[in-house]
Amino acid sequence: MDCETCLPKLDACLDGELDLSDARLVADHLATCPTCARVGLARVQQKRAVSAAATTFKPDPAFRARIEKSIGVVKPNRWSRGWLPLLATVMVLVIASFFFLDLKRGQSRDQQVLAELADQHVMTLASANPVDVVSTDRHTVKPWFEGKIPFAFNLPDLGNSGFELVGGKVAYLSGSPGAELIFRIRQHRISVFIFDSHAMQIPVSANAFASFNVRSWNQNGLWYLLIGDLNQGDSEKLRELLKGAG
Amino acid sequence: MPLFERLYNFACWLTQDRHEAEDLVQETFVKAMKGFSTFQPGTNFRAWIFRILRNTFLTSRTGLQATATVSLEDESEEEILTSAVNTPESILLARLDWELVHQALAMLPVAHREVLLLCDVEEMSYAEISAALTIPMGTVMSRLSRARRALRTAIQGLQKE
Repeated sequence: MDCETCLPKLDACLDGELDLSDARLVADHLATCPTCARVGLARVQQKRAVSAAATTFKPDPAFRARIEKSIGVVKPNRWSRGWLPLLATVMVLVIASFFFLDLKRGQSRDQQVLAELADQHVMTLASANPVDVVSTDRHTVKPWFEGKIPFAFNLPDLGNSGFELVGGKVAYLSGSPGAELIFRIRQHRISVFIFDSHAMQIPVSANAFASFNVRSWNQNGLWYLLIGDLNQGDSEKLRELLKGAG
Repeated sequence: MPLFERLYNFACWLTQDRHEAEDLVQETFVKAMKGFSTFQPGTNFRAWIFRILRNTFLTSRTGLQATATVSLEDESEEEILTSAVNTPESILLARLDWELVHQALAMLPVAHREVLLLCDVEEMSYAEISAALTIPMGTVMSRLSRARRALRTAIQGLQKE
């Protein structure tokens, strides 16, 4: 895919409207084209800015009470035959409201965390200096984090797995510091974020976000999130390697 | 009341007046209650109730004024696909601030504002937006693209002030 094909598809890709093969092509192009990656990042930021800026107006509790009352007035006659269907309708609406609001709250929390970390991953890919400690040696990368983050973690011996450690840097999620490790397999770069799971409970359950593959798990008090444009099999393989070192 | 706060926020953005928004939400719920039998189980409830609110707005005095004074450009998809390539967007997004985006959104025509809100705030799919606005999917895509470009232009304008 070239830039002229990629750019018009960026919005649909970020809106989750591209089919998997097109989304993969866009992601592959973004991974290799800094110009389009910058535009992609700007569009992600714009989407998030609109979402934040436009969720503004909260209804007054008195208004809610008034509208509930007015809906009650709609009832033609509380003793007529219309009373029972209306009551059933109200109950369905109330139950539906709990369902929708609960679902939305859970989803938006997951999506917020994923969006934040996906942004950091894209910024890393677009950066000329993606890592602060550049080394393929786990015994160099791990000690570099000492004193910079409030926990320690283990890194696996990647051996002949095909994965290579590129380096790492300090990342932040909701103000808490953690580690971002960059791995490479073939031309794909993968970010693995590690945070203290005692500091935050993050129930991310999605396996994909904005065409990236995602894996997350808890282990020994740490929360891991793996994100990148690698395939499902490689995602699982890297997760198993990291879990093995856990 | 399902989606009460979401509908209120959307109504405020459409009307840009809290009192009118309250009237609009109230009328929406009354219509939804009266017409609940017309809602087909298995179809999208959220798109259905947003459509009621939006149609109610369009037939209100404010809605008629807002839509009568703005003529949208030709919404052909082809034009959007080519113009997206040249959009100057590396621009301004480095230091977006909440107030600036809020102001820029308020400056957009209703047709652009509503499609942005449904996509980026309500996180509706293009199919849901198509159902809520009763426009074809192709128009959703082209209008969304145009709205995002208009927003960037508005933000740029505000940054220069």
